[in-house]
Amino acid sequence: MVSIKSRAAWIAALGIAVLPVLSACGGDATATPPPPVATNTTAAPAAGEPTQATGGGSAGGTTFGGGTVADLEAEGVKGDPAASGKFEFFSWWTAGGEADGKNDLLNMYKALFPNVELIDAAVAGGGGDQAKAVLKTRMQGNDPPDTFQVHGGPELLEGFVAPGRMEPITGLLKDMKMDVGFPKQLLDMVSKDGEIYAVPANVHRGNVLFYNRKVFADNGLKAPTTWDEFATVADALKAKGITPIGVGGKDTWAVTMLFEDILLAQGGADKFTSLMQGKTEWTDPAVASALTTLGTFVTKGYFGTDFSGLTWDAAAGQVLNGKAGMTIMGDWAKGYFQANDPKWADNFGWEPSPGTTGIFKVITDSFGLPKGAKNPENTKHFLAVLASKVGQVTFNLRKGSIPARTDVDTSKFDVYMKDAAKDFSEAKSLVGSAPHGSATVEAFASALNTAINTFVANPADAAAAATDIQSKAADLLK
Amino acid sequence: MSNVVTPQAPSVPSARTGPAPIAATARGERKPISRDRLTAMLMLLPSVVAILLFVYGFIAWNAWASLTSWRGLGFMPQFGPIRFPAGDFVGFDNYSKLFADQRFVKDLTNNGLFTLAFLVACTVIGLGLAIFLDQHVKGEVFFRNVFLFPMALSFVVTGTIWRWIFLDLKWITDKNTALIAVIIAAVWQMTGFTMAMFLAALRGIPDDLREAARVDGATEVGIYRHVILPLINPIILSALIILGHISLKIFDLVYVMTGGSPTLGYATDMPSIYMFQLAFKDDLFARSAAISMIMLVFVAIVIIPYLWSSYRAEKEAQV
Repeated sequence: MVSIKSRAAWIAALGIAVLPVLSACGGDATATPPPPVATNTTAAPAAGEPTQATGGGSAGGTTFGGGTVADLEAEGVKGDPAASGKFEFFSWWTAGGEADGKNDLLNMYKALFPNVELIDAAVAGGGGDQAKAVLKTRMQGNDPPDTFQVHGGPELLEGFVAPGRMEPITGLLKDMKMDVGFPKQLLDMVSKDGEIYAVPANVHRGNVLFYNRKVFADNGLKAPTTWDEFATVADALKAKGITPIGVGGKDTWAVTMLFEDILLAQGGADKFTSLMQGKTEWTDPAVASALTTLGTFVTKGYFGTDFSGLTWDAAAGQVLNGKAGMTIMGDWAKGYFQANDPKWADNFGWEPSPGTTGIFKVITDSFGLPKGAKNPENTKHFLAVLASKVGQVTFNLRKGSIPARTDVDTSKFDVYMKDAAKDFSEAKSLVGSAPHGSATVEAFASALNTAINTFVANPADAAAAATDIQSKAADLLK
Repeated sequence: MSNVVTPQAPSVPSARTGPAPIAATARGERKPISRDRLTAMLMLLPSVVAILLFVYGFIAWNAWASLTSWRGLGFMPQFGPIRFPAGDFVGFDNYSKLFADQRFVKDLTNNGLFTLAFLVACTVIGLGLAIFLDQHVKGEVFFRNVFLFPMALSFVVTGTIWRWIFLDLKWITDKNTALIAVIIAAVWQMTGFTMAMFLAALRGIPDDLREAARVDGATEVGIYRHVILPLINPIILSALIILGHISLKIFDLVYVMTGGSPTLGYATDMPSIYMFQLAFKDDLFARSAAISMIMLVFVAIVIIPYLWSSYRAEKEAQV
């Protein structure tokens, strides 16, 4: 018979035996990003809309939204059946219009370079967060894709160009005379020290107020042009039991975008940019004032009771069904209305966010050539397709954004796109958006997002929040 | 978790055969290495080397990274096969910045509350279930498996299901209840495990002890309180350690359920979630490494005294 004491020791030994196994399990959890990451490797994109005329030698008959392959060749983008090898295209475009646009671009490339094997490496989830996590790991391991989706602005310039991860493509664009079509301020968002590092694929506007025309007409309201008017309109809607503004609080960046628009209106575009670059201190009165305005909106219940559980599209859905009067979002919200209401252009109105007329908050996806890419020639061919007028129009008709080039044919644009394209080319100032990489480095954008959302959860002390943001700016913006 | 603790009475005599012979030879005076011993050492060598390199080597690398200014995707300096963090030595700068960071302090508070509630609930409920099953109830095997089954699920699955449940109840959209919701999900998952451990321990207690206590006039409650609980103390400790290090490192469950509740003032945010964000979103690799070191220290505080005491207990048992 074994004594009780040794039995205890046996049990302790069991505990020790179990421990390493469990810690190995637990260790996995912190070592790898757990959300399922779907990396779809497709040898050739599914043949979608574009119609391949014949399998003959000339691909000139293939038509895309922005023109034909012959139009592409007229722009100087020549196909080459001799081009071979692979081309890996990395993005987080996996669904909806953006996936359609991507497929069109890749099909266009395929029509010109039929013997290149296409690898469509798309990582879904988290508004690009999952894709960025995968991309950064690959970059650290010196295994970049041939080209990848990155927001123009500091996300590209500080995140990838400054550490020497990108090759300049100035020569490529200049040789094909393609640099001239892009507005200079936009090219600046993808350039550093006089060299261009990426081709902007599209432009989304970040400061748009969408409103339900019927709700506004029923209550005799007009779209607000200042934040004071906004408060008046909001009070009127709230009195009728309508949520004044749908806010996608679950997408934390939606709240930050709203804050940005208030700050833009109250501080102006120059101060906004200067703050985002750390040249103006966040203890500036304009910041506390914008925070106070935002806090007032929260405490007055303008966002409704359940906004912290809503995504941006659910918030747009509130406007769609008249539960909410307005929403302030990037103009991808137009795509949402378009997809859910055939008469969207009649039923919904849009204006720049209050007080930001003449300011265009740019959100742009861009593509460049990573240093160490395995198939740089194929990447350059693709970038030429992307930079061409045909490529720009084709992609953006699908994606719902406007082309980054302002010298393109706008006849096929819908009424919103025409409006946005006009505002873009006439804008007095282009600014960036922190949550979308175009205003500031990601580390500070995250810290700002944290601070804004913390403040919205408990909007008591705007000055303290501003001081907190300044301490992050001092730490993270150099 | 592949290891399944089968709640059965340990076959007592063979249990000793594990560690004992090794210790017996270790106590002996130095002799020329026998063939057996050489084989054993050769068999162990690869795993020892692998663990030194891939566990302790990487911990050391990470510790160094946490003391640098490494941020962004700069090329990492390479010496031989090893690449080093691309940053300068900055001492404990990352640590002091973290402890001045409201969000990180909130994370530590959340994690502390979570750990405390999780440990207490798992132990109490697990013990209750184990005692219940120890009464030789009808359908014991069925109940045992029902209670144990949640453990077989991934935290991601648990998190998703409980997210749906609590969304309907509006618990995870309320900053006062969000953390409680996460704790309930975690307890639901791990209680079966503590139950299994406790049941195994209870079954290991010889019936003659209970009989003796009964003969001495002890009540059933008294038997559990004064005879059985003291006997299974070591296994309660083991369970606490295992659960404690899981809860200190909790990530997947919370990430899936609430994402840290950023809209509720980070009501359920955990150090591991912040760590993930700093590394893979914000490129602040050094600061992220610092969080992992802080977590390592917390886990070490829990585990090292335990390892030490069980090591001592083992030594005493062999004397």
